[in-house]
Amino acid sequence: MAVTFDGGVIIGSDSRATRGGEEVSSKTINKLVQVHQRIFCCMAGSLADAQAVLKTASFQLNLHSVQMEAPPRVIAAASLLRKLCYHNKDELQAGFITAGWDPQKGPQVYVVSLGGMLISQPFTIAGSGSTYIYGYTDAKYRPHMTREEGLQFVTNALALAMGRDNVSGGVAHLVVITEEGAEHVVIPGNKLPKFHDE
Amino acid sequence: MAAAATMMFGQEQMVSSNNDMAPDWTSKEVSTGTTIMAVEYDGGVVVGADSRTTTGAYIANRVTDKLTPIHDRIFCCRSGSAADTQAIADMVTYQLGFHSIELDELPKVETAANLFKASCYRYREELTAGIIVAGWDKRRGGQVYSVPIGGMCVRQQVSIGGSGSSYIYGFMDANYKPGMTKEQCMELVTNAVSLAMERDGSSGGVVRLAAISESGVERRVVLGGQLPKFFTH
Repeated sequence: MAVTFDGGVIIGSDSRATRGGEEVSSKTINKLVQVHQRIFCCMAGSLADAQAVLKTASFQLNLHSVQMEAPPRVIAAASLLRKLCYHNKDELQAGFITAGWDPQKGPQVYVVSLGGMLISQPFTIAGSGSTYIYGYTDAKYRPHMTREEGLQFVTNALALAMGRDNVSGGVAHLVVITEEGAEHVVIPGNKLPKFHDE
Repeated sequence: MAAAATMMFGQEQMVSSNNDMAPDWTSKEVSTGTTIMAVEYDGGVVVGADSRTTTGAYIANRVTDKLTPIHDRIFCCRSGSAADTQAIADMVTYQLGFHSIELDELPKVETAANLFKASCYRYREELTAGIIVAGWDKRRGGQVYSVPIGGMCVRQQVSIGGSGSSYIYGFMDANYKPGMTKEQCMELVTNAVSLAMERDGSSGGVVRLAAISESGVERRVVLGGQLPKFFTH
């Protein structure tokens, strides 16, 4: 998931990869990929497809940035992903959330869905665990949150989703992106908030 | 209650050929794809549900009453196939009513739950019924039992069910605390069902609530314009 706050964005994900929904093949995979200094993406769907697309997109983004002689815009990163997802929609099963900060528009969150739709939202959730937290995030989100409120919002939402979805779990990876740069925060499973766990 | 009769729109077309002129929902089974929930509080239970019944993409009834009284202080919330759940509820109402007359006292909620379980489990292959049984009795006070598809029966302090419930697991985990008052429970249920209705295509309409306690049943309806509003983006 990713959420904008006053001055930046926070992008977060769980760290579980499963094989066939039965075996946990990795407990600590990092699904947050840095495509540029202030632009991160998180993968959803088939991790193999997502990694392949991201590698291509980040190469193209770097080339674009060199040609423009300026840091790329967040929407440029999202558009590249969309292009790849849309034109290869029959072969791919990957969705992305792109979040970052650029000087032109400040903090932004974009989501590229499975078929290649691209939209901008103040916050967005995705992945199998996201169904369980639609209600929570709809109720809890406020525009113009502070950094601490944003971190609490993402941490709580991830913890709740991991508590109900069996293919989500592990640790919570969060990246806070502002004008100053990107800061990676990892919250191990036992430090996540507990919610009335019967 | 006449409310049960208003849902009789289930028409399973026996005509097998579906020509292109007829919309596809004319041959779809009536479903209460839905959001239902029940919460225990000290002294009783609060049950809540949305009010949408669909046949495919058509909303057959937008003001359905999915909170069905089984006895004076016992309700059930129905999700799944409208026909299946109505049939089971009618059977259990009869069985429980008879049992209560034999005992000459109010039946236990656990008894009602077990009657639901008996039918849902025996005919599990043929049925699509997810039911939440909630009520008050003098032995254990307010109780909520969940009888999901497949026919298991388990008591929970909070139970959510139906297609819309997936979206509010996180919200309920975060916001339910044991020891809430009746009004707090009503507010929690209203908020939760509204959030689910916002996200689930098969849930919508109004929010129906009922609070069941020793003194009786208090029913409430929260109409569309009065539903709590959340941030929309």
